[in-house]
Amino acid sequence: MPKKVVSGNYAAAYAAKHARVEVVAAYPITPQTSIIEKIAEFIANGEVENLQYVPVESEHSAMAACIGASATGARAFTATSAQGLALMHEMLHWAAGARLPIVMVDVNRAMAPPWSVWDDQTDSLSQRDTGWLQFYAENNQEVYDGVLMAFKIAEHEKVNLPVMVVESAFILSHTYDVVDMPEQEEIDEFLPPRKPLYTLTDFENPFSVGALGTPADYYEFRYKIAKAMEEAKKVIKEVGKEYGERFGRDYSQMIELYKTDDAEIVFMGMGSLMGTVKEAVDMLRSEGYKVGAAKVRWFRPFPKEELYELAKNVEGIAVLDRNFSFGQEGILFNESKGVLYNTDAKPIMKNYIVGLGGRDLTVNDVKTIAKNMREIIQKGKLDREIEWYHLKR
Amino acid sequence: MNTLFGEKKAKSEKIVFKSVDEYPEAPITLGTTLSNFTGDWRTFMPVIDESKCIKCYICWKFCPEPAIYIKEDGYTAVDYDYCKGCGICANECPTKAITMVREEK
Repeated sequence: MPKKVVSGNYAAAYAAKHARVEVVAAYPITPQTSIIEKIAEFIANGEVENLQYVPVESEHSAMAACIGASATGARAFTATSAQGLALMHEMLHWAAGARLPIVMVDVNRAMAPPWSVWDDQTDSLSQRDTGWLQFYAENNQEVYDGVLMAFKIAEHEKVNLPVMVVESAFILSHTYDVVDMPEQEEIDEFLPPRKPLYTLTDFENPFSVGALGTPADYYEFRYKIAKAMEEAKKVIKEVGKEYGERFGRDYSQMIELYKTDDAEIVFMGMGSLMGTVKEAVDMLRSEGYKVGAAKVRWFRPFPKEELYELAKNVEGIAVLDRNFSFGQEGILFNESKGVLYNTDAKPIMKNYIVGLGGRDLTVNDVKTIAKNMREIIQKGKLDREIEWYHLKR
Repeated sequence: MNTLFGEKKAKSEKIVFKSVDEYPEAPITLGTTLSNFTGDWRTFMPVIDESKCIKCYICWKFCPEPAIYIKEDGYTAVDYDYCKGCGICANECPTKAITMVREEK
């Protein structure tokens, strides 16, 4: 299996190339730029056949071009970040509503103002209700694997929904790491050409896409998407398992559990910060703490069942949110607490707001959080529900 | 309906889905305006008085739907399946050959 030392962004570009995407429409935005630069380089060097790059004047147009391409049956890919993703927002609904399996890499970046180019999950989480599936990568390898799996899941006959593969700004996008890339023939076997639900190039049977849906019909189409999202859970597990069997890295769990079997305290979070957390878990274990990590890989569809299973056997869950929903709380905390409300599992849950706008979360920080959680569990009472961990007091 | 510009397209049946399983996966072919009769939206209907009509076709040009057709005899006619009753034709008609009449349903 060939190995390459690549940045997270190059991993995404290679994955798009290996997935044999046919149309890429994108607009450069820091820190996503090097993804599309690399793809442009593949085209310039003649390394790819049958790949059309559409230069557009904004992210809104980038998504519009991908929607048009995907509706003709092509495999479409794009990448963006923060304000660019926000500009796409309106179009994201069109992609999901028209059931188009577009794959997009979003490089998580904080929303302005203040202007920031550093890591923060609020941009992608603001798109949670658009009908897109969301995969959060912990490292460059997961960016690569995520994009390949994303196409297979998105194009599955029971899903037909777009997928967002999310990586951290700079922490992944611009740092280099070894990434295993399977041979092209193996990937082609895993990811055959797309079989579209419909194609606009069927000139014999013209039809309209996204036509008026009166109150008599709109409701049912929403239900169809809701159902496809539920079906996607099974498809994600199947595809993740198949990926593991073929390429040695198993993604059959929507929540990756790390040393949670006998854990009393579990750290839950998404994306690259979970790498730090796993490191901290190892250290805390050697100090006698019974801790584990639960990395939420798929935020949409939300892995309710897995979370319930996890919550049954732990005393406390520290939810680390690199995002914040103003007027409420961290978004992952909000969602996971909601899931457990109607179940018997009631671990103590506390929300730590960490790492906003690229602030570092270190192993020592995770240790401090573990100590705080242990105190709370011993007292059996929360000191406060939401803690702005890094705040200069 | 025969018009100066050939046969007007045949209307299709309105698609009615009875259960959620009958719906296609994606919201396509819900029917174009061939099956969605937007004339239902109308409150006032235009009525053309051919005795006043000078065949200038301003109504035909201005109709935004378009729901006005030119018949073989050269007079214009309203396609009430699609006329939303906006009244532009009546407003623009230079001879006041078109009047808007409140519709009884």
